[in-house]
Amino acid sequence: MAEWLASIMPNVVDYSGKFWSSCLATGQMFLIAGGFTLVLGGVFGVLLTVTKKGGIAGNAAVYNFVNIVTNVFRSIPFVILLIFLIPLTRWIVGTAIGVKGAIVPLVFGATPFFTRQVEAALANVSPGKIEAAAAMGSGKLGIVFRVYLHESVPDLIRAVTITAISLIGLTTMAGAVGAGGIGSFAINYGQNLHHQDIVNVCVVVLLVFVSLLQGIGNALARRTTNRALFRHNIEVE
Amino acid sequence: MIELQSLYKSFAGPEGVIRAVEDVSLEIREGDVYGIVGYSGAGKSTLVRCINLLERPDAGTLRVKGFGTVRFESGRAFCRQEGSEAETALSEKQLRQLRGSMGMIFQHFNLLDRSSVFENISYPLRHSGLSKAAIRARVLELLDLVDLREKANAYPSELSGGQKQRVAIARALANNPRILLSDEATSALDPDATESILRLLKELNRRLGLTIVLITHEMAVVKSICSKVAVMESGRVVEQGGVYEVFSAPQAAITRKFVDSSSGLGRINKLIEEQSEVLSGGGTLIRCTYNKDCVGEALISEVSRLYGVNMNILLGSLELLQGSPLGGLIVLVGGDMEKRRAAIQHLCENNVIVEVIEHG
Repeated sequence: MAEWLASIMPNVVDYSGKFWSSCLATGQMFLIAGGFTLVLGGVFGVLLTVTKKGGIAGNAAVYNFVNIVTNVFRSIPFVILLIFLIPLTRWIVGTAIGVKGAIVPLVFGATPFFTRQVEAALANVSPGKIEAAAAMGSGKLGIVFRVYLHESVPDLIRAVTITAISLIGLTTMAGAVGAGGIGSFAINYGQNLHHQDIVNVCVVVLLVFVSLLQGIGNALARRTTNRALFRHNIEVE
Repeated sequence: MIELQSLYKSFAGPEGVIRAVEDVSLEIREGDVYGIVGYSGAGKSTLVRCINLLERPDAGTLRVKGFGTVRFESGRAFCRQEGSEAETALSEKQLRQLRGSMGMIFQHFNLLDRSSVFENISYPLRHSGLSKAAIRARVLELLDLVDLREKANAYPSELSGGQKQRVAIARALANNPRILLSDEATSALDPDATESILRLLKELNRRLGLTIVLITHEMAVVKSICSKVAVMESGRVVEQGGVYEVFSAPQAAITRKFVDSSSGLGRINKLIEEQSEVLSGGGTLIRCTYNKDCVGEALISEVSRLYGVNMNILLGSLELLQGSPLGGLIVLVGGDMEKRRAAIQHLCENNVIVEVIEHG
């Protein structure tokens, strides 16, 4: 097995230590930045939905602020954002390189994208359901959690999937400017040293990971459409 | 039970201000099934939402038995709860209490698609301090009330329209409200389901003494379950009263239109418009409305015999409103002019409401 691997991708085997640590670094960036993006984008998406004109807590000031900030950061290409945020990143985490230094720009890059996805998912919840909940005496928080978030779960899962996949793309770009991870491994050890097998393996690894995410996302979205993920049946007799 | 006094509500629309509710005063008594009819855009949906404050009226007063009085002044709400002297700005808590005292059902059911029937019905009960066992017992009781116990674990996508509306009714009644607001609850249902939902509402009204405020554009709905009715047109209530009184002697043109659309007598206008052959014989075209006092008598043949006039019946209908018969006929009266007049006079003397549609 080892011999066979060495015959088809000799350089990957030679740099296997570096390869695994790159995978790990990408995984770390993905999970940590993803966690922040999930929470921040979720909060902003909900804020946009409820503070919108005619929303359950209409507030033009909050809406305009979140809306404009989201638009600004969405319109900056990620590579520019990376260098633009270097001073801020240094100030927040003390360094602008490595996994630690990549988290800040990754969160800034992915959050606006996810915010819009969440906003779109929540906009799909029919206003009638909101009205019915209000008529039953639900307050604003109740409506957000028991109606908006609850009813849009399949759409939110799709949003998370798309954002996760685009976040992987961002981590490799961050790798190009010193963040480490699979992106920098492919560039520094594959492209720069003319080891095509390293580039190929990086492509395959990313392909597998993205397909896995997409598959899991699709399955969960299907399983939560018009039903709870796990049925909990009530005894009626 | 519910009293509205000079309620106003307007919206800023793209083409200026839309006056959805204009100076509406209504009194809905306990145990009434109160119908609010009108064509779409008449303001009935807004009006019913002013009762549970899904819409906040601009001005007017709303009194709800068991809760208190809410007064609206330039869009602000002041509340005096029952048993209290002080009037304060309506708080979030009071608003939720008011809404909790009435249930509401909708045209499109508005159930949570990702929740089972059981979870939908328990929605208003959860987070209310009730124990799990108490919630379960109450939901099962409600399921029995709407006859859906076997569907407790089904999801809305697995139910028919009528079943969904039953779930919505159970959910609306979870907190034992004394009032049920129904917004076109049968408009999206097929005739069978409509029938069964109306029967259920009627039964709930009778068994629980539930006061029902029902808005609809379908006369059939009003005829089958309402005891009182208000007719709305461009934000105003143009006519109100007992269903029989309003529909046996409609005053407003819009009410007449509604009555005609359901009885089929409105078709005469089409015949006149098309200059149909049935009218070519000439004569006086009259419309007779028989109320419960004279519907049993054979007046047409009597008149025909007594005065020697030809009574050509073009259209006829007999409806039951609140169990009382209401008849309508479109008759072409032929013969000598004097005799026609005498014949019509005779009908009038026998409590038939006669209108001359056309002299020919």
